[in-house]
Amino acid sequence: MLRFISGRLLKAVVILICITVLNFFLIHAAPGDPAAVMAGEAGDADPAFLQQLRERFGLDKPLYMQLWIYVSSVVQLDLGYSYRQQLPVLQLIGERLPATLLLSLSAFVISLGLGVAAGAFASARQGKWADTIISLVALIFYATPLFWLALMGVLLFSVQLGWLPGFGYETVGANYTGLARAIDIFMHLILPAMTLGLFFMAVYARMTRASMLEVGRLDFVKTAKAKGLRPGVIQRRHVLRNALLPVVTLAGLQAGQLVGGAVLIETVFAWPGIGRLMFDALSQRDYNLLLGVFVVSAAMVLLFNLITDVLYRLVDPRIKVTS
Amino acid sequence: MRRLISASLALFMTTTAAFAQAVPGGKLNLIVQPEPPSIMIGTTTNGPALLVGGNIYESLLRYDENLKPEPSLAKSWTVSDDGLTYTFTLQDDVKWHDGKPMTSADVLFSANDYLMKMQPRHRNLMTHVESVTAPDDKTVVFKLKEPFEAFIRGLAFYTMPVLPKHIYEGTDYATNPANDKPIGTGPFKFDEWKRGSYIHLVKNPDYYVKGKPYLDELYYQVIPDGASRSVAFETGNIDVVPGGSVENFDIPRLKDLPNTCTTEKGWEYFAPLSWLWLNNRKAPMDNVKFRQAVMYALDREFAKDVLWNGYGKVATGPLSSKLPFYKDVEPKYPHDVEKAKELLKEIGYDGKPLKLLPLPYGETWQRWAEAVKQNLEEVGIPIEIEAADVAGWNQRTSNWEYDIAFTYLYQNGDPAIGVDRNYKTSQIAKGNPFNNVEGYSNPELDKLFDEAAVAYPASKRQELYDQAQKKLQEDVPVAWLLELGFPTIYNCKVQDIVTTASGLPESMRDAWIKK
Repeated sequence: MLRFISGRLLKAVVILICITVLNFFLIHAAPGDPAAVMAGEAGDADPAFLQQLRERFGLDKPLYMQLWIYVSSVVQLDLGYSYRQQLPVLQLIGERLPATLLLSLSAFVISLGLGVAAGAFASARQGKWADTIISLVALIFYATPLFWLALMGVLLFSVQLGWLPGFGYETVGANYTGLARAIDIFMHLILPAMTLGLFFMAVYARMTRASMLEVGRLDFVKTAKAKGLRPGVIQRRHVLRNALLPVVTLAGLQAGQLVGGAVLIETVFAWPGIGRLMFDALSQRDYNLLLGVFVVSAAMVLLFNLITDVLYRLVDPRIKVTS
Repeated sequence: MRRLISASLALFMTTTAAFAQAVPGGKLNLIVQPEPPSIMIGTTTNGPALLVGGNIYESLLRYDENLKPEPSLAKSWTVSDDGLTYTFTLQDDVKWHDGKPMTSADVLFSANDYLMKMQPRHRNLMTHVESVTAPDDKTVVFKLKEPFEAFIRGLAFYTMPVLPKHIYEGTDYATNPANDKPIGTGPFKFDEWKRGSYIHLVKNPDYYVKGKPYLDELYYQVIPDGASRSVAFETGNIDVVPGGSVENFDIPRLKDLPNTCTTEKGWEYFAPLSWLWLNNRKAPMDNVKFRQAVMYALDREFAKDVLWNGYGKVATGPLSSKLPFYKDVEPKYPHDVEKAKELLKEIGYDGKPLKLLPLPYGETWQRWAEAVKQNLEEVGIPIEIEAADVAGWNQRTSNWEYDIAFTYLYQNGDPAIGVDRNYKTSQIAKGNPFNNVEGYSNPELDKLFDEAAVAYPASKRQELYDQAQKKLQEDVPVAWLLELGFPTIYNCKVQDIVTTASGLPESMRDAWIKK
């Protein structure tokens, strides 16, 4: 197992460097550069000013030089400075990390927990009304655009009913501390986490249901039934465990994106997460910041892919034998 | 007796009115959109940076709604008879937010060193200045090379903010850590910036204008989605929505909410004017009659009434009517489809399709592009709307890769500062989306603008600008659209919300909340 993990880690580092190089070229292929955007915002600029900015950012150097400088500093775990915000990229990402993780982990737990439970419940009652309702609701959430759902949530729960705050991470200017602050953040979290969670919940529910039905038709389940095991035990111990593999794959993919942020939800709810940081960096061509976010989120995807593979081996012993 | 009573009543009412003004205390929640990269306005001068930074940093002067200079860091000033020497006397007891005294040395450092390196607008102004000196701690003297009358209107907070010498001298200005925790002289001090959420400013208790500011705190909140910004105002979480920070189609709904006031004031200095760049280097835009046909084809009243909710004004020509030296001269271009068709027929326009590049600033501009497309196609000019984000738009316009492109620019208080840059031959240079991007060149006009800039006194400038406006309106180098109106929407409890020509960024020192 240790050899497996270290081999995969080494591969991951190589892949990460390749991703960084690829991203670097992709970003530079987009029209415009940060100097032009900044000069544009200043409402006034002259060629001297643009040149000054390009020199300051090192954009006057040939592209291969810029790439070399960037990759060699990334290897030393230095993601450089944000051109626009004049702050270290790691600091900017670090500032957004707590809010991002809070939102994405909450959504992850909600979606995985409720989704798998709903899917398992529906599959056990295939064709009955509970199954129909769960499948229908899952289909609706799966098909509804997130931003629309988000806006409707705000309209209903914030504007009409006034139950929940409609935007932000906490009440600005309230200066709560301790438990009061935790409750305040929790209230702000409900709408974005639920909205983000509902979509993935629908995905998990549909997948768990389908997978469990499929597994339920296999011979070993018949054997278990023939042995006289209770249906609940068969579902939980045998069917669910075997049906979880695709769910684990999907959860691994979602977990990899935990740090990448959720641009739409963060935008609608003014949630100060990494998704918006990345989106702003993209529109402002803040190369270092954008690449920094990409490096960190790519690293997370690789890490969670690795964890998924390890989990596979724990969930399904057959994989251990064949590999 | 009755007269006496009414006189006392009037006196009583005036005194209570006087007392009613100036209630100290309270906090305001404002929108800042988008989140600024920095609020150090010596280096970052985009709108959101100014909105916040204008409370922290100040210049020598500020301007009333008629662009008349008023004291800011300078308490008084004189201009010599020949218009060459401007002498400013600084306010007493001005302190930086870190407690150090502000003196003429700071003004010299800002004007001669910091801003010369970091601020293109300041560099432009200084091309007319021979020297800046300080005979003593309280006096600053600007000596001009020629009588540049616009100079007195060029000292706005965002062109020449006074910056602390003791913090910046000898450092790398771009990366000085103080950029993140700005130190100014203004009515509010920086307290905290939670990136992605809000910027918090607090009252400067040592402010040199006694009794001001009235407000204790300002929160500038970052809400990236337009619909969510409107909701934030609707639900009472936000008190002030600065002009231009919600989509235009939300404005009618917001301004009809109870306790909601609006004002169009506070844009007199910026005087934003929108137009279509017509690339004069390419056919058929190189033909003056084609350009005139475009002007006749555009239904600008419709754009104003429908897309801009009636705010703003149809532009008559290159100068905003808010600017000094503006004159309502002929020729003018009312919406006239037949006339446009006639002109196109006259030049034998072949119906070649043209590309239109909208401003990537949200839904209103996208809709406006569709309206313009409809107008032009009605007279027989096929239009294809292109797509670009902000960086792409900048690159395309500054490298002249367009047929027709939307823009709007600030006119900055004087035609010699914010208007002639868009039409003079010397201002044709790639890599800059604010100069003569259309590529229009007319030596006669160049001469008029050059003379008008340095003519003295102002009456002589007026004559020359009258001629320049007429000439440009005949030649139509660009298709002028609207003097844009950006209403500020706010809770009516907020008083004196706009007190200068630059609006919200400078006015928070005077604003107060009615109890």
